[in-house]
Amino acid sequence: MIRAVMVMNTQGKPRLAKFYDFQPPEKQQELIRSVYGVLCSRAENVSNFVQADAIFGPDTLMVYKHYATLYFVFVFDSSENELAMLDLIQVFVETLDKCFKNVCELDIVFNFSKMHTILDEIIFGGQVLETISAEVMKAVDEITKLEKASNAVTLVPKSVSGWQSR
Amino acid sequence: MGSQGGWGQSKEFLDLVKSIGEARSKAEEDRIVLNEIEMLKRRINEPDIPKKKMKEYIIRLVYVEMLGHDASFGYIHAVKMTHDDSLLLKRTGYLAVTLFLNEDHDLIILIVNTIQKDLKSDNYLVVCAALTAVCKLINEETIPAVLPQVVELLGHQKEAVRKKAIMALHRFYQRSPSSVTHLISNFRKRLCDNDPGVMGATLCPLFDLISADVDSYKDLVTSFVSILKQVAERRLPKSYDYHQMPAPFIQIRLLKILALLGSGDKQASEHMYTVLGDIFRKCDSSSNIGNAVLYECICCVSSIHPSPKLLDSAAEVTSRFLKSDNHNLKYLGIDALRRLMKVNPDIAEEHQLAVIDCLEDPDDTLKRKTFELLFKMTKSTNVEVIVDRMIDYMISINDNHYKTEIASRCVELAEQFAPSNHWFIQTMNKVFEHAGDLVNVKVAHNLMRLIAEGFGDDDEGTDNQLRSSAVESYLRILSEPKLPSMFLQVICWVLGEYGTADGKFSASYITGKLCDVAEAHPSDDIVKAYAVTAIMKICAFEIAAGRKVELLPECQSLIDELSASHSTDLQQRAYELQAVLGLDGHAVESIMPADASCEDIEVDKSLSFLNSYVQQSLEKGAQPYIPENERSGILNISNFRNQDQHESSAHGLRFEAYELPKPSITLRTPAPAPAVSSTELVPISEPTYPKETNQAAKLSTVTDTGATELKLRLEGVQKKWGKPTYSTPVPSTSSSNLKTTNGVNQLGQATLSSHSRDVSYDSKRPQAEISPEKQKLAASLFGGSSSKPDKKPQSTSHKTSRLGNPASEKPQVATASAATTELAPQKTAPVQTPPPDLLDLGEPTVGDTIPSIDPFKQLEGLLGPPDVSSSTNSGTVSVTQPPDLMALYGDSSLSGVSSSISNLVPTNLDSMNLVSSSSSAADHGGSKVALSASLKKGPNPQDSLEKDSLARQLGVTPSIQNPNLFRDLLG
Repeated sequence: MIRAVMVMNTQGKPRLAKFYDFQPPEKQQELIRSVYGVLCSRAENVSNFVQADAIFGPDTLMVYKHYATLYFVFVFDSSENELAMLDLIQVFVETLDKCFKNVCELDIVFNFSKMHTILDEIIFGGQVLETISAEVMKAVDEITKLEKASNAVTLVPKSVSGWQSR
Repeated sequence: MGSQGGWGQSKEFLDLVKSIGEARSKAEEDRIVLNEIEMLKRRINEPDIPKKKMKEYIIRLVYVEMLGHDASFGYIHAVKMTHDDSLLLKRTGYLAVTLFLNEDHDLIILIVNTIQKDLKSDNYLVVCAALTAVCKLINEETIPAVLPQVVELLGHQKEAVRKKAIMALHRFYQRSPSSVTHLISNFRKRLCDNDPGVMGATLCPLFDLISADVDSYKDLVTSFVSILKQVAERRLPKSYDYHQMPAPFIQIRLLKILALLGSGDKQASEHMYTVLGDIFRKCDSSSNIGNAVLYECICCVSSIHPSPKLLDSAAEVTSRFLKSDNHNLKYLGIDALRRLMKVNPDIAEEHQLAVIDCLEDPDDTLKRKTFELLFKMTKSTNVEVIVDRMIDYMISINDNHYKTEIASRCVELAEQFAPSNHWFIQTMNKVFEHAGDLVNVKVAHNLMRLIAEGFGDDDEGTDNQLRSSAVESYLRILSEPKLPSMFLQVICWVLGEYGTADGKFSASYITGKLCDVAEAHPSDDIVKAYAVTAIMKICAFEIAAGRKVELLPECQSLIDELSASHSTDLQQRAYELQAVLGLDGHAVESIMPADASCEDIEVDKSLSFLNSYVQQSLEKGAQPYIPENERSGILNISNFRNQDQHESSAHGLRFEAYELPKPSITLRTPAPAPAVSSTELVPISEPTYPKETNQAAKLSTVTDTGATELKLRLEGVQKKWGKPTYSTPVPSTSSSNLKTTNGVNQLGQATLSSHSRDVSYDSKRPQAEISPEKQKLAASLFGGSSSKPDKKPQSTSHKTSRLGNPASEKPQVATASAATTELAPQKTAPVQTPPPDLLDLGEPTVGDTIPSIDPFKQLEGLLGPPDVSSSTNSGTVSVTQPPDLMALYGDSSLSGVSSSISNLVPTNLDSMNLVSSSSSAADHGGSKVALSASLKKGPNPQDSLEKDSLARQLGVTPSIQNPNLFRDLLG
């Protein structure tokens, strides 16, 4: 199962962090920091795999991929195939790229929730759900369309108390 | 960037992100975020916030929390947002709560209802959003609330929903298998879903289910094989291709499942051979994902019943991986090699160079994987090279986690395969020097025991040699700065036991060194304790040998310092040392015999040798001892004991003050285990400590007064609490005297040694492995090949031969009937074996060493059980089985606990005579040693002690636990 997905920039700022086992915020920070520490110390032209048992407990591995200013990191256990995970990162990034037309760090920063939408279509509860980026795109587009529609309907602001009472 | 406008973030949010992005330091970033939090806190509670604004606030909260700050003040707003009708807001709400909350959070209860409603929604996107939340937020208790809806969704018309419903069920299974056991058939049903995506999703839960229980799913083998076949033959829609591979993720998952199903099942495996062969042939090895599938195929082939043809294909792919320039593929290659080696050890042979390359590689991941491989292929022939490599690597890394791991591996290999005692000691020294505080305590104790017991039973001379070499190396090492505490303990112990044994070093030289150690580590009480005990041993040996002991001035000052130490343990040791110095040679020899660390120490727990003394006292009118539970007020001593373990000072005074309120605490007392260790320690530390004895005497009066109402019930007591040992004949005072003192003064050795007995059987097992291995090595490797000089197995003399050798012949005898046919050719073959120099790994010529495991593997099945038994006579190098934990614990932490407990002795011990005996200790300062009667004895003191203490606890507060035991005990 996949334990966590992280996207961080080369300075170690988290851009997206999703843990499939609950981690309290402090712990999340600690994990992100230690992952970043490991990633910075990796030379270029080495494998994309890092044993992560020091950080995430026994039987964990992480796969990372470096795109421009971003690291994409997947943490998973031995029930997943390392190379396949690497490709899953690829799927994720390809999908982002399609969604944002040449994705860059800023897209990711500002479209935080869309990132999550996309990721949720690919990984569901720690398991790989969909690996075809076209399918993911389709799902995301549909959501976007509907969201926009529903957004348009409710554009007229209602009072908070209004929706609280519902 | 163009899309950001479309997502409706406000300028504020953009500014926030930008300013955080530009923050130069963590502090600056924190300041910005804290401002943001302040602002959000204020705004989010304002009335009448437009929804869109609210949504943005929620997103900002998520963002803030991702940066590591607490956003809990806004959780409730996120929860409220899930109630909204608008899909956008609802999704945002769900997203936020899944990120914020865990399944046990209090707010979940407010969401469950919404989820229930949303699962029934007509809009499948709402359903999907709810399912996502279900995965994250539903815990064991709330599963029933949503389970029916989720199950219903398995038949939903949208495949996206079916997929997610399956995943949600899978999640339930992970959370609480029992909640969905009746639904497992649904997974099987969904395997036949029309949509390949849904089928693929079903494989996830099936994988988990099958790993938990293979046998119930054997019937699915053919289905899985046919699915895999169809996928591999591209029968799926084109859209499932990924980089020209047909549905690779599904293939991988199927291969994983088949690996499970085929493992150890010939029939099932045979179904798979064709399709696996097809995949090997067809798979595109130029793409990443193609290699992923190939690698998974190798894993599968190495796990199922072996097929030579498939193994060949797997080997071929593996070698391609290893030869690749791509580090990822090399990594997979190494891992594949490790897997294949289990099936066919020969395979490593041709890849030695590649393996060496990976070992030299700067990539840490690759290196570690390679060490894992080496660890698996270590044998007595290559252990030196491999362990040296490992140690070098261990020294070079800073990562404590991995350092610990690799250190323990070094130790394991060294214990299992050490070619010589000397090498073993050197290796252990290195490990301790560089990772001393990271290795398990057990390792240190094993090392001490090994030095004490020697490697074999054959030759005392070798053992002595070993000890002197250990002593010499330790004296050398001591000059180095910053040694780990654990290593120092070993050094002190060895120097104390054997420092002067061979006469090379004078007693004053050794004591001087030991004093230096103690002085150099003023804050490490354990090391100081070891050092001072070692000094005592040295002095005792000197006195016993009839030489006059002149204490060095620094030694004297050390003793003075320790006598005033805050640690009662150190105090006691210092006083003991002084006491020993005052005794004559004969007495010293009997309390501290040289090289007696391996002797068993007999424990007379009942203190029965005091019977006559007690009788006398009683006749003189002394108060009889009344067991604690029979005293009025049911004074539970274990409370005090616990108390005192925490604050190990001023024990005596507690007795009255804590008397009544205590019983409730009994419930909390951690019961048998801790109690055992303390009872164990009680007798040991009590005796030679004048000061404590005084206290004890004081205590005895206290207890006496408390007990006056009740009269002597010694008989009952003895029966009730006694172990069989109670009835054993009273040992002569002199002998128990001797034994106990020995125990007292040599706490470490005492416990250690008695345990070594228990372990010895297990410890021989690794040995047994060595022997057939050597045989096989000799047989398979050197039947035809290289010209290396003759090796140990052939040498006739047992003395020169290594530990493994005596054993090496035995398995053959033992298993003659089964194994002779197998063994015979091998036995004759090994005329030449390679020398234990392992560089062979690097040299292609000698490469045969590696594959040599093969015959061993074959033998393993045959020899398994017999060689364990047959090897019992062989010497032991390696001790895989750690000595009893409890004893080790007690012995390593003896400092505070033991001494504090000793003060309680009079009341603790349920045996009858204690009160008077301790007072007698006060009277006869000289003979106090004799009182510490209860050291360990009998085959399983642990057991009996444990029962004993449990019983005692039950006796005190009978209502707590285990009524059965209680009935037994109290009749």
